[in-house]
Amino acid sequence: MADSGSLLLVVDDNKVNRLLLARSVETQGHRVELAENGKVALDMLRAKPFDLVLLDIEMPEMDGFQVLEVMKADAQLCDVAVIVTSAVEGLQSVVRCIELGAEDYLGKPVNTVLLRARIGSALAKKQLRDQQRAMVRRFATSEVADDMQQSGFALGGRHVRATVMFSDIRGFTSLVESQTPDETIELLNNYYALMFDAIIGHGGVVNQMIGDGLMAVFGAPLPLAESSAAAVRAALEMIEMIELLSVDRVAQGWPTLRIGIGIATGEMVAGYTGTQHRATYTCIGDTVNRAARLEAFTKDVERWVLVDGAAHDELGDEFAVTALGEHMLKGKSEPIRVFAVDS
Amino acid sequence: MESLAIDRIIFGELCEAVGDEFAFELVDTFIEETPGILAEMRAALATADADSYRRAAHSLKANGKTFGALEFADLVRAAELGGFSGDSGRDVAAVDAIEESYEAAAAALKALPRG
Repeated sequence: MADSGSLLLVVDDNKVNRLLLARSVETQGHRVELAENGKVALDMLRAKPFDLVLLDIEMPEMDGFQVLEVMKADAQLCDVAVIVTSAVEGLQSVVRCIELGAEDYLGKPVNTVLLRARIGSALAKKQLRDQQRAMVRRFATSEVADDMQQSGFALGGRHVRATVMFSDIRGFTSLVESQTPDETIELLNNYYALMFDAIIGHGGVVNQMIGDGLMAVFGAPLPLAESSAAAVRAALEMIEMIELLSVDRVAQGWPTLRIGIGIATGEMVAGYTGTQHRATYTCIGDTVNRAARLEAFTKDVERWVLVDGAAHDELGDEFAVTALGEHMLKGKSEPIRVFAVDS
Repeated sequence: MESLAIDRIIFGELCEAVGDEFAFELVDTFIEETPGILAEMRAALATADADSYRRAAHSLKANGKTFGALEFADLVRAAELGGFSGDSGRDVAAVDAIEESYEAAAAALKALPRG
């Protein structure tokens, strides 16, 4: 059921129509504000969030078609649901409104029963979109969430150059054995909250979580300047957070925590894979495998963060880095250059 | 004798949908606002502003249907869809007829029993 306390904007140049629509909306338990033309409406829409707009077409200053065009092109407004209420005759204007993103079209005078049903339906859809957006934002920056939302999570991939990060908790299996299930879940929740903040705060997207491990990508689906540096900055913040979490744990008698992080930069195929019913955004390719192998290799060399040669070459002087030479990593046919980032 | 300028069934449906008190508040607003919109139509005629003429007529069309002023609604609809005829005398006569129809509808609405 739709939220009964929604805020609606009624846009109509005719006062009788404005008052009549406002009354219908208020009797449904919603709050309503009024605008007498498209220009005023856009100012109001930019000033505060509305859940739904009832929009007239024929208006002075700026008509309904122009309002729809502006809203469609504005990332902040394109998600606001619009029901057009108009006495303009002919199918052409209905089609044009729908093409410009209107959710629905009701002829005037508006039937109040029909209006109630359409408002309820539009608000329910908006609520679903909001929930979907909130969910996506738990895994990605708001810009990336917007891009995912706008692309409609369409299945299909593209070649991108980006940076991949793998991270996991060292000795997690023995940790699990020494704790109760509730303690393990609480540890994972704290761990993920801190890691997500660090990754998203530096422009990354968390793609996968498997047990104590996670995969993140920097530079897809949206390009990110200096993706290697962004990933290393995120890695250093993750380590700082883990050290703080460890202090708490040690104070409670638990062992310290350590994580290992592998970072690689290069070409990969990125996109949504799966079926129309269940899909995930992921990256595939040698760069991804390299980052995973580097993360595993942190155990062998007892380092927190390892990066490959391509990522290292993009870092500049911002970080203290130690060259560890070329190593043949598990599953790779050729040795790769490995660098440790000093934390 | 009861005026035919307002369809009482349509007006009754309005009252049922929004309540008698609010329906008559709307009537008052209609009577306050419409002379100004008719004046806009006359001004648009005088300045040959076809767009303003059409928009003003369009604005009144839904009001006429809302209150059951069907003759008035038909006349403004004809003005909206027909625009200027090219014959200024005929266009002035059309607005005169709209105004006359409005006066009859307003009188009929005012005469309806309130409360």
